Order: sequence, then C-alpha cells, then structure tokens
Amino acid sequence: FFQYCLSGHPTLPCNVLKFKSTTIMLDCGLDMTSTLNFLPLPLVQSPRLSKLPGWVLKDGSTFLDKELKECSGHVFVDSVPEFCLPETELLDLSTVDVILISNYHCMMALPYITEYTGFTGTVYATEPTVQIGRLLMEELVNSIERVPKAQSASMWKNKEVQRLLPAPLKDAVEVSMWRKCYTMPEVNAALSKIQLVGYSQKIELFGAVQVTPLSSGYALGSSNWIIQSHYEKVSYVSGSSLLTTHPQPMDQASLKNSDVLILTGLTQIPTANPDGMVGEFCSNLAMTVRNGGNVLVPCYPSGVIYDLLECLYQYIDSAGLSNVPFYFISPVANSSLEFSQIFAEWLCHNKQTKVYLPEPPFPHAELIQTNKLKHYPSIHGDFSNDFKQPCVVFTGHPSLRFGDVVHFMELWGKSSLNTVIFTEPDFSYLDALAPYQPLAMKCVYCPIDTRLNFIQVSKLLKEVQPLHVVCPEQYTQPPPTQSHRTDLMIDCQPPPMSYRRAEVLTLPYKRRYEKIEIMPELADSLVPLEIKPGISLATVSAVLHTKDNKHVLQLPPKPPQPPTSKKRKRVSDDVPECKPLKPLLSGSIPVDQFVQTLEKHGFSDVKVEDTAKGHIVLLQEAETLIQIEEDSTHIICDNDEPLRVKLRDLVLKFLQKF
Amino acid sequence: MPEIKVTPLGAGQDVGRSCILVSIAGKNVMLDCGMHMGYNDDRRFPDFSYITQSGRLTDFLDCVIISHFHLDHCGALPYFSEMVGYDGPIYMTHPTKAICPILLEDYRKITVDKKGETNFFTSQMIKDCMKKVVAVHLHQTVQVDEELEIKAYYAGHVLGAAMFQIKVGCESVVYTGDYNMTPDRHLGAAWIDKCRPDLLITESTYATTIRDSKRCRERDFLKKVHETVERGGKVLIPVFALGRAQELCILLETFWERMNLKAPIYFSTGLTEKANHYYKLFITWTNQKIRKTFVQRNMFEFKHIKAFDRAFADNPGPMVVFATPGMLHAGQSLQIFRKWAGNEKNMVIMPGYCVQGTVGHKILSGQRKLEMEGRQILEVKMQVEYMSFSAHADAKGIMQLIRQAEPRNVLLVHGEAKKMEFLKQKIEQEFHVNCYMPANGETTTIFTNPSIPVDISLGLLKRETAIGLSPDVKKPKLMHGTLIMKDNSFRLISPEQALKELGLAEHQLRFTCRVHIQDPRKEHETVLRVYNHLKGILKDYSVQHLPDGSITVESILIQATAHSEDQGTKVLLVSWTYQDEELGSYLTSLLKKGLPQSTS
Repeated sequence: FFQYCLSGHPTLPCNVLKFKSTTIMLDCGLDMTSTLNFLPLPLVQSPRLSKLPGWVLKDGSTFLDKELKECSGHVFVDSVPEFCLPETELLDLSTVDVILISNYHCMMALPYITEYTGFTGTVYATEPTVQIGRLLMEELVNSIERVPKAQSASMWKNKEVQRLLPAPLKDAVEVSMWRKCYTMPEVNAALSKIQLVGYSQKIELFGAVQVTPLSSGYALGSSNWIIQSHYEKVSYVSGSSLLTTHPQPMDQASLKNSDVLILTGLTQIPTANPDGMVGEFCSNLAMTVRNGGNVLVPCYPSGVIYDLLECLYQYIDSAGLSNVPFYFISPVANSSLEFSQIFAEWLCHNKQTKVYLPEPPFPHAELIQTNKLKHYPSIHGDFSNDFKQPCVVFTGHPSLRFGDVVHFMELWGKSSLNTVIFTEPDFSYLDALAPYQPLAMKCVYCPIDTRLNFIQVSKLLKEVQPLHVVCPEQYTQPPPTQSHRTDLMIDCQPPPMSYRRAEVLTLPYKRRYEKIEIMPELADSLVPLEIKPGISLATVSAVLHTKDNKHVLQLPPKPPQPPTSKKRKRVSDDVPECKPLKPLLSGSIPVDQFVQTLEKHGFSDVKVEDTAKGHIVLLQEAETLIQIEEDSTHIICDNDEPLRVKLRDLVLKFLQKF
Repeated sequence: MPEIKVTPLGAGQDVGRSCILVSIAGKNVMLDCGMHMGYNDDRRFPDFSYITQSGRLTDFLDCVIISHFHLDHCGALPYFSEMVGYDGPIYMTHPTKAICPILLEDYRKITVDKKGETNFFTSQMIKDCMKKVVAVHLHQTVQVDEELEIKAYYAGHVLGAAMFQIKVGCESVVYTGDYNMTPDRHLGAAWIDKCRPDLLITESTYATTIRDSKRCRERDFLKKVHETVERGGKVLIPVFALGRAQELCILLETFWERMNLKAPIYFSTGLTEKANHYYKLFITWTNQKIRKTFVQRNMFEFKHIKAFDRAFADNPGPMVVFATPGMLHAGQSLQIFRKWAGNEKNMVIMPGYCVQGTVGHKILSGQRKLEMEGRQILEVKMQVEYMSFSAHADAKGIMQLIRQAEPRNVLLVHGEAKKMEFLKQKIEQEFHVNCYMPANGETTTIFTNPSIPVDISLGLLKRETAIGLSPDVKKPKLMHGTLIMKDNSFRLISPEQALKELGLAEHQLRFTCRVHIQDPRKEHETVLRVYNHLKGILKDYSVQHLPDGSITVESILIQATAHSEDQGTKVLLVSWTYQDEELGSYLTSLLKKGLPQSTS
C-alpha cells in the first residue's frame, strides 16, 4: 500500500494510491499559480503592455530581452502562459487503472494525464463535476486561444539562466514541468474517458476494490471518496465544506472506521470567515456603485459566483442598487447559469424543495428574467452595445493574466472611483495585481473559501476517528507567514503522516484476511464440531477457484472411476498421485481408556509401562509398541500393515482433527 | 433452505393497482402502492389487510418503494400511509417525489370535488405522506438498515421512472416497475447491469406485442393528425399530464414547424405547463440529445402549443387538443370527447393502454354506443385510432432486459393472464429459468441457494494460491483449512493457526515400520541401492540421500541397520507422520517387495 504524491499543492492534489492490486489516481489538480509569472494577455491592443522594455542582465547581456519584459518594477515572461503539471516521472502513469475526481477544480490537469501518458483506464466523476469541469476547461482554452501569442519562451527556464533572474522567477519551481494549455480536442478526448457516478454508488474495480463517492458539501457534485476492500478502508477527503451553501451537505458518517484518511483541500484562508467576507463584499460593492464607480469581480464561471449572485439578489433592493446592471462575462456564462438550475439532486435541501414546486433552485433565473443580470460570451459583440456604467462585472480569470478581466483592469485601473474585489482564494491578489501597478482603483480582498478550516478538521477527525491521517506537509505546521499560530495546523493522535511533491509514502496498515465464498454444496458437507462453548469448527478440504480477484471454495471433485481392466493390474504399483492432505491432530490419549479399547478389539496381551513422559503400550505377541505422550503418539510396528491401520484408526478416535 | 416470497396485492395477472409484497431474508418490502382505474369501489386500492391482520404495518414492512409517478403505481399511497397507517420509509427518485404529490392531488380533486366521494384522503394527508418519502439517486446504494439495501436503475417510461434492486446479503430481487427498452423523443432506454438477481419481477403489459419501429408509428400518427386537420376536423389526444404528452408535443411541435402549419395546438389545463417545468428542471433524466442541447434550445419550451381554455372546444375550425386523463375515464378529456364524438370529421387518438371499464377501453374495443351518466346514450361517430405510444417494453424488450440482468427466476406482473402465459413459455424456453405469474393474493416461493461468505486468512490464501501457480494447473488442488465459527462470524484459517488460536497443542502421530531386506552387502551399499531404487520410481518426489546414511522421501525417513542375528538381512526403519500416511504406507509396501536384482 503506497501513496505516490505527484502534486505539492495542497488544494490541487494529485496522488496515486497502490491499493491491493489496483492503481488509483486521486484527483488531477493543475497548479495555475505559475501563470502569475507571465504577462497578461490583453484582448484589445494595449499600448502599455506592447511597449514594455526587454529585461537586461546586470552585465548588460540582452539575450533574454525577447522573452522577459520589465513591467511595473517586476520581470515577467512574455509568452503564452504555462501551467505546472503534476509529476509524471515518479511512476509509470500508463499503469494507472482509474482516476477518481473529487470536484471540478481538481480535474484541470486531466487532459495532460489521459492524453500524454499512455493512460488507458477509466475516470470516475459525478455529472455536475464533469459538466462544470468541462465549462472551466472550455473557458480556459478559449481565453488563451483568443489571444494568439507568436512566441513561447523557453530560454529563461535553463537552470543556469534562471539562477541569474530576479525573484520570483529565480525561485519558480518545477519550471521543467510547465506546459502550455491543452486544446479543445484534447479536452473532449479526456472527458470521453469519464464514467458518471452518483453519490453512494458502489463501484467495483476488478473485483478487488470498491470505490464510492460521497457528498463533500463544497461544490455542485463535489465528492470525497471511500476506497475499500472487505478489510481495509481508505477515505480520501478533498475539498469539503460544512457550511450551508448551495451544494448537498457533506456526508461525514460514511467516513467512519477508516484505516487511513487522506486529508487535502482545506481552506486556503484559514483566518477569514466566509460569511464575514460575503458581507464585506456586498458593502464594498454598494459603496463603490453609489459613488459612481464600477466594480470588477474576477471569478471562475461556476461555484462561489452562484452564492454571490444569490446574496446580491437579496441585497440589491434594500441597498438601492436595483438599477445597476450586473454583467457576467464568460464564454461559458450562459451554460454555467443554465447548468446550475438542472442539478436539483445535487443541491442542498432548501433548493431541492424549490425544484419540487417547480421553481428554478437559484434566484439568478429571476435576476436574468428581470434584466438585472445579463450574461455575454465576451466583451466583443452585444456587450459593447449594452454596456452601461456604473456597473458590476463578474468575469475571469482570477489570476488576471488572461480572459476578459484583463480588459477591465486596463480600462478601470486608472480611476479611484472603481474597485476590484477579489473573492477567489487561489491566487495571491498582490501578485495578481503586480503587472497593473501603479493602480488608482481600489483593491478589496474578500477571499471566500468555504472549505474546512482547522477547527472543523479537528472536530471531524474526532467524529470519524481514522486510525491514521495522511496530509500535505503544509498542514502539519503553521502557515509560514503566521508561524505563531499553532492552531492553524492539523492536530491529531497519532500525528499525521505528511507528504510533499514527488514523495512515496508507505501507508501503515496490514491486511490479515480476505473474503472467500463457500459454495452451498460444500457448506452442506461440512461437519461442525463444538470445541468450546460458542466456538465450533469444521475442517474444510475443498478446491479453490480464483477468478477476477474473487475466491470461491467448491466441493472437491469425486474421485475418478477406477481405471478400466487393462490398467487395473498395475494399480497397486502406481505411485500415489495427488497427495491428499491429512488434517492436523490435537488432544491427548487417555491410556486406560485406550487399553480398554484395545482389549475390546481383541488384543489380550496388552502391557503398559510408565516412562518419564508418558506410557508405552506393548502388544507382546504382535511385537508392536505404542509410545503415548501428552502431545505425541508413536506406533512402532513390524511388517503388519493391517494391524498398523487398525491401531491408527483406534488412536485417531481419541484425537480431534483440524 | 433460504427462500424469497412474492405476493401481488395488485397487478397480479392484471394491469393497474400495482402493489407487490416481497419477503427476502427476513425483510419485507412493498413494491408500489397503486390504484386501479377500472374501479370506483373498494377494489380500486390494494387490500392492505392482507399484510397484517393485527398490528401496525410499520412493524411488518421494512420499506416501501415507488417505481414511478403513475397513479396505478402510487395512487393508493396516502390512503396506505395516512388512513391505514404506515410510518416507515418510502423510497422514490427525485422527479417522482416532485411530481407524485401533484398527480395525487389531481386524483383527489377529481374523486372528491367532482364525483363527490367522501372518506377519501385529503390534501393534508398527501403532504404528510410525502414527508415520509426519502428521495434516491440513480445507482446510489441506499442502506435501508444494516442488512437491507436498495439501488435504483434508469427505467425510461416516464420522467424519474426507476427499476429497483433489493438486496440482503447475497440474495437479491429486481423490480422493474414500468420500463421502456428503446429511447424515445424525450427519454432514454432502461438499463441495468448484469446483477444476476435471484428473482426479476418484470411488467408484461406488451407481453405478446412486438412493435414495429417507432419511426413508422410516429409517421402514422403525424399523417392522421395532419389529414384530420386538413379536412377541418378536430383531433383529441387523451394523455396523462406527464410522460407521453411531452413526447407527442415534441413530435407535433417539430412537425408544425417543418410543415408551417397554422391550426392551433392546445394543451389542457395548467397542470401540463407545470409539467413542462419539471422536465426542464429534471433535464438530466431525459435522453442524451435533449440533455446535450438544452442550453441552446430547451425542447420543453413549445412555440406552437398553447394553453387550452374550456371555451375553445366550441370554436369552429380545426384544432389539436391534448387533454387529461389518458383513458377518458373522467375530467377534461372526457368532456371534450362528449362534445366532439358526434362528428365524423373529428378524430380521437388513444396513444396508450386503457384499463377495462374506462371509456377509452370501450371505444377501443369497438363500442360505438356508450351509456353515459344518467342513462344518456352517446353515439360515437368520430374516428377512433389507437397508437401504442405508451412506453412499455414489448416482448423483445422484456427478453432483452432478462438477457441483461441474467436473473435465476422471473416473475411476471402488470399484464393480462393470457399474454403472460405466452411470454412465460417463451422465457422458460429461451433462458431455462423458472417463470412465475401469480394472481393477486397468491404467494410464489422461490428457493435460493446462497453461498456463504467467509473470512480467509491471507496466509492460508497466499499459501494456496502459490501452490495453484505450480506448472501442473490441470490437477485440482485441494486446499485444507479449518473453519472457525464464533458468534456468527466465519473464519477460515490454516490448521496450525486454528490450533494456536484455540490454545491447543498439536498431537503428533508417528509410525515406524521395520522392513526386512535380503541383502548381503554392506549397510551403506544397501542404502545406496534403496536410494537408487526409490529415486527411479518416485520421479515426482524429492528423494534425498543424507550424509548420515539415511534416506528421506519428502518428510519420510528411512534408516538401515544390520539384522542382529542374520548378516544377510538388513532392517529398514521407515518412519512417517500421520500427515504423510499415504506415502508412508505406500513406501513400506514398496520396500517389502524387495530390491530389484542389481545389474552391476
């Protein structure tokens, strides 16, 4: 039982579990923080970004000035943005049998794995995960392909060169694993390998292992996974939430009795309370708009945006914002809003009840109907005609490096009336803003991360009591910026086993048993014997059949018919063919009773001698002696086979067979 | 021997009032709780007193499962849970849970408000009943209690229809409810995995029918509607609000669009508009094509189909009206029928099965003079057409499902006895499984023969599989172990481990035989001859000549000593344990025959 850790990012995990005879990949997260090192991709020709000076080394050499540009006092790579892939060399990924996806944020590296490693297995995910995951990928591909970039920089990645660069480029890790974005055909090919599953559905893998997704409460269709055989249970907890937002609540009870609980995807902002953040979000938004400014909300096209729109739905009338237009701009905006309404079964109870009426579960349907919320595929086309200021714009990408958000940063950055509000927790907002500095617009940081915090984790662990906890190393120490906060780490007994990128862990448990089925005919033939009160036993001699990792015991076949007459003569000469196993024996032989038995069977000259350890029973005429001790019997007999067999059977009567 | 008992309280050799009791491994499950549309008296509901004469239903039943929202499958539910009294869990899928109360309320209104019946369930009872419902996902394994689990499979038929697997230990039953094995314009086909249940309880509405291709039927339907409208006639299509209605709406909508037709299409009452909303919100339950394109174009938003007003029925000119209910037994469809029946230009198209006793059944069986309430005689001059659009599996589909699930026994319900008889023979012939078709109140018992799951120690299993890997795989290898039974747990371990666990010592039983051999040679030469002799015969065994002068064959020890009196005789001591009994006994008899004449 091994765990191969392919990603060092605690909320974008990628682990491979070797469990019994199966190889299971848990999530396929793509670390996109690498894009922060790249220049933004402007949708409209940007004079500022197109005239940046090339970066010159201290010694004056200019060979990197095409690849690296200086912008706002930082150095950025001028190239198509790249993402950091999970480790692909730690083990042969073509041996991965299945990939289990826990939520749509954790599947973004899927095309890299399924299309480039020789992967031939199956991917399991819930329907909302697949549909929304597809939307996220579509948006990603679209926003990068919309802005064709002629060059792709690679020289700076040379180790010797990278050493000379200023931070943070100098410290960028795993740059050799950075890759350009995949294409839609690759996305489609990857998604075609997914098999849809429902919560609490038991999926058999090769008869050896059963996997089951459980509701994790974090996003539409998000799941934790149970990986178990009859005797071992591994729980994989990834991106879970105990807050009441739109998804179905987290299923905690089913995580009980785990041998190992792998814990990933905790909140990235453990000090921020999501409810408080939503409140701040609303009040900052209202203040800006009242003062005649615009609000920009860089966001993903699905997830927290549904909750934000719902809050605004309740808030806008009371805050006097009824006339302010809300724009949602994304190539998948319409699909995201439509899809959110059709997953009734994956929603929290309140929303389910609405569907029973039947009403759309999310109020953004009403916002759209009343024209308060409008959605557009991009800033081009209809949007430019409808665009009215002041307004609120929701658009991606939260890294501020590509997508329509780049345009609004350029457009609104110079006015202090405007505000950009960061709600997505995946990127450091200061790093995201770096290429736009100096900015006049206000920046508000309201990260909303509904995933488990450390208080909830410790409560959860007390509740479900796993034997061992495995987690990324980041969770076993306080955050580097708040090293005094020892409450911001996992505290459990025994202490968690931690992992980091490119490590292989041996998981601590040992199997002792396996399931086997006894066929009814065999079961009928067994003769149970009560050996102690409440404990019976039966010796079993049977034929073992193993197929598809399932074991079955059957009655042994009847002995073959005696061979035909020709061969018969030689039967006695034949070497015994199949060595039938004899049972073990236990018990002891009471000498007096044994002698009585012998006499009953016609032995008249029995003589008993005591020895140090037991007795010797002598049959004088037959020149045969039987040594009887506590744990052994020895029959020493001359040339008389029938006699030996008779004595053997008499001795066996006193013993138990195992 | 363990057994499964099945008793239909309804739908036994009949269509309507589906309600089947199943007892499996000590658990009692009720499948469906329907009403019969052919009756207005006590017979419309199942006879629940059969379940238990004394005591509460809740104590006797472990759970109730509703397969889909049609009233012949759930119409008796509020009566059962609120008036007879049942507080246990009721399982159904999400769409069924959403739609079922609406149809029940509709049914209640027709019965109480229009027909004026009393002593019927109330709106509040429907609400209280629905509170007991637990919604299930497709393929989710629902643990009803520690032993009993159920799992839903997609059944097609109507939105949210499901087949259910009921499982206790390794015994299982699958109940199909109503299902459809071919995808239609709005739903997908039923699917089940090879779950090999002990018993498959399947509907058999179309037990003897093999339906022609759907396309032909659709063309036929459109042609008839089109012709009638062209000659200025009115078309009445009695439907149930949800299900076939949506399929036919999609069909007519696209046809109207393509042919640019102007005649109005109406849909009766608000219920259907609401129904379309359900289809939009539960679009994941529809077929793949609709699911894929719903963002661009939602198939359940109709342009040509408008809401019907009672006054429209008297409008001149052609029109098409979808009206409920589907069997013309009450409500708006019957009202419109009475208005239009006298005109031979008009047409009524019955797109589904009609239960005996309904007006629909009467006109389909050729009756043209109907006695209505108050002895009034209604003469039917309009054309009557029957088109089977109801989404039940036909004979081919039923056989296909049996092939998919590979049950050990089949039991037919929800069909007519004569047709069942035919299908039963066919199933028994083709699949060589028993097929049953009990009447209502008749109990069928099926014996199951489950194998017994046991924990085997990994050590023992590995030892055995290692032996199994030896080149000689043809010979069946016997495995030997000890089964320990303690408080209902069964463990199979090696005999050594069993002894150890029970704190018992092994008792070694050993035999030693003296064999006299005539051989004048020196001892060690005799030994060598014995060694060569054995080695030559026992090719498959490990025969060794040890430095101390003894020979071993496997674990059997052979030592030679000189005879004390006779120098020409050597004594071979052959010694073995009970575990090597066969080989030891064989060796002594072999050696007794003496050594072959040496050739040297």
